[in-house]
Amino acid sequence: MTGRKILEIQNVKREFTMGTETVRALKGVSFDVNAGEFVTIMGSSGSGKTTLLNMLGCLDKPTEGVYLLDNVNVKELNRDELAKLRNTKIGFVFQAYNLLPRTSALENVELPLLYNPLIGTEERKERAIAALKAVKLDGRFDHTPNQLSGGQQQRVAIARALVNEPVMILADEATGNLDTRTSYEIMSLMQELNSNGKTIVFVTHEPDIAGFSSRTVMLRDGKVQKDTVNTDRRSAKEALASLPESDDY
Amino acid sequence: MKFVNLIRLAVRALQRNKLRALLTMLGIIIGVASVIAMMAIGEGSKQAINESLSSMGSNMITIMPYSNEPGGARLMGSSIQSLTIKDIDALEESAQHIAKISPLVSSSGQSINGAANWPTSIQGVSPDYLDIRKLTVKEGIIFSEQDLRSSAKVCLLGKTVVDNLFPGGQDPIGKIIRFKNIPFQVIGVLNAKGQSNFGQDQDDIIIAPYTTVQKRILSSIYFNQIYASATNEGASDAAVDEITATLRETHRLRTGEENDFQVRTQAELMTMLNSTSSMMTALLTAVASISLIIGGIGIMNIMYVSVTERTREIGLRMSIGARGKDILMQFLIEAIMISVTGGVIGVILGVTSAFVIPVALNWPTVISEFSIIISFIVCAVTGIFFGYYPALKASKLDPIEALRYE
Ligand SMILES: Nc1ncnc2c1ncn2[C@@H]1O[C@H](COP(=O)(O)OP(=O)(O)OP(=O)(O)O)[C@@H](O)[C@H]1O
Ligand SMILES: [Mg+2]
Repeated sequence: MTGRKILEIQNVKREFTMGTETVRALKGVSFDVNAGEFVTIMGSSGSGKTTLLNMLGCLDKPTEGVYLLDNVNVKELNRDELAKLRNTKIGFVFQAYNLLPRTSALENVELPLLYNPLIGTEERKERAIAALKAVKLDGRFDHTPNQLSGGQQQRVAIARALVNEPVMILADEATGNLDTRTSYEIMSLMQELNSNGKTIVFVTHEPDIAGFSSRTVMLRDGKVQKDTVNTDRRSAKEALASLPESDDY
Repeated sequence: MKFVNLIRLAVRALQRNKLRALLTMLGIIIGVASVIAMMAIGEGSKQAINESLSSMGSNMITIMPYSNEPGGARLMGSSIQSLTIKDIDALEESAQHIAKISPLVSSSGQSINGAANWPTSIQGVSPDYLDIRKLTVKEGIIFSEQDLRSSAKVCLLGKTVVDNLFPGGQDPIGKIIRFKNIPFQVIGVLNAKGQSNFGQDQDDIIIAPYTTVQKRILSSIYFNQIYASATNEGASDAAVDEITATLRETHRLRTGEENDFQVRTQAELMTMLNSTSSMMTALLTAVASISLIIGGIGIMNIMYVSVTERTREIGLRMSIGARGKDILMQFLIEAIMISVTGGVIGVILGVTSAFVIPVALNWPTVISEFSIIISFIVCAVTGIFFGYYPALKASKLDPIEALRYE
């Protein structure tokens, strides 16, 4: 399932200066991700997972080090080029969902397509509906975020990341608020997307979830502690089937 | 982002904060409404002045005694005496561009008819005067050349005088009234003319042969003024030149010596009054424009607040692919939407008040399309100008910092 290198980071550092204090969130991280890989990034809270993912998503730039996305040095791109990259190649699921308040689920999902001039009104709506169905949210199209549960909001955020059919999905604790069944459903969706050729980088706390991926990168204190290929990768579909049926879902 | 979507987005954003949007628009609304109302009032009074001036006779020319002696005060009107029958004779003889001519001598005093009396003024003129001033006889006749020669004690009355001297509604024709104790026989009544633009009652007059007024009341050979009419409106300037040349000759003025009279055309008077009312309009419009600017600053203020409030939204939009330009347009169109919507409401209010003012305050108004177009352009420009900086600020935000903003 692996192909050419899609992500390449070399000795990436990220420091935040707050007044006189400097927080070193990433202290020299290097690894590559090949196209078609399903990588989970694990690590304790504050280990720099979000910081790393923001960088991979072209939202943030490293203080030091090189980040090549599809062999393009991201540092050399201007704001508009980065925006286009984010719009067409990357689907980002935020840890804090970041849905637009007072805006329906459907419109939230449509949002990335609004900034893609190649997509018309019809197609935009169709694709948003398809994405919401993929995360099992049909029937909630007109609900605004404050009318949705945390897990439902998270699924809207996932649908929004899928809608622009990116080559790469970056998810920051996308199952953090979901029950086991829904988590597995999301993971099964991710695996399906992955088998269709999408590269996935998935941040999680749960080793259970990491078991669905093909590789796990452990971060600790801003550094890569361990980078292991997952030999006995589980199928989320099977895991889902083996879950006891319950009425309360 | 496509333009339609930008518009939809702006409409949504304004709908969400209806009251705030309305309050922000208020400055623009008041500004536009007052610009349109002011310009309507200005244009209305200008047209009213022109109408009433041309109803007084648009080819009318007035000649007044005038002196500008060095060291002395400027004097005007009856206090200097330079116009006599010689001037009239000379003008009648030589002038090519003058159709009608009449002297005017006037005197104020009490008019009496039995127990009724009324303070008014008598105007001594020749029959041409009625034509020049566009006065018409309602009943009776005008005095004749014979009456002029014999200084006949006959007169015509304006409506106000009739109403006051004949309160019972008797027919004044043939009756004898007294003015400054001199008996006059009423031979005619004038049609009412109403108030002049200067608030003067044009019907409060008694008209008599100038010879009668000169001899029997004033004991003077001088005229207060001479009224003439040019053969047509275009001939006014030629007539003025002619009059000036003729009068300089009859007054034996040497070259270099100043005129002891002044010639005025109605056209000049019109321009003068119009320039006054234009100045007033300009002034009022300037005041109204200031409120437009204040309205614009209000928009700028609210747009800054809005950008700050929606920092997270901006961050999110950017992180999923909005370019700086998209964000700039989003906020700019919102600002333009506020100002143009305010403009539309303002135009509606302004036009409405232009219809209400004549009824409520009895001021004439004329709505000019120009003022509406200008208001619209100014509104759009206000929106762009004052909306640009907040929008620019929004477009320059860093996505990740904006997302983290609290
Ligand atoms: N904008 C910032 N300014 C200052 N410090 C920051 C900033 N962003 C992150 N940090 C710091 O960098 C470190 C890594 O943060 P990060 O959000 O990447 O952690 P994380 O691994 O995602 O944790 P969690 O699992 O709790 O989400 C933390 O110590 C945090 O305080
Ligand atoms: Mg995190």
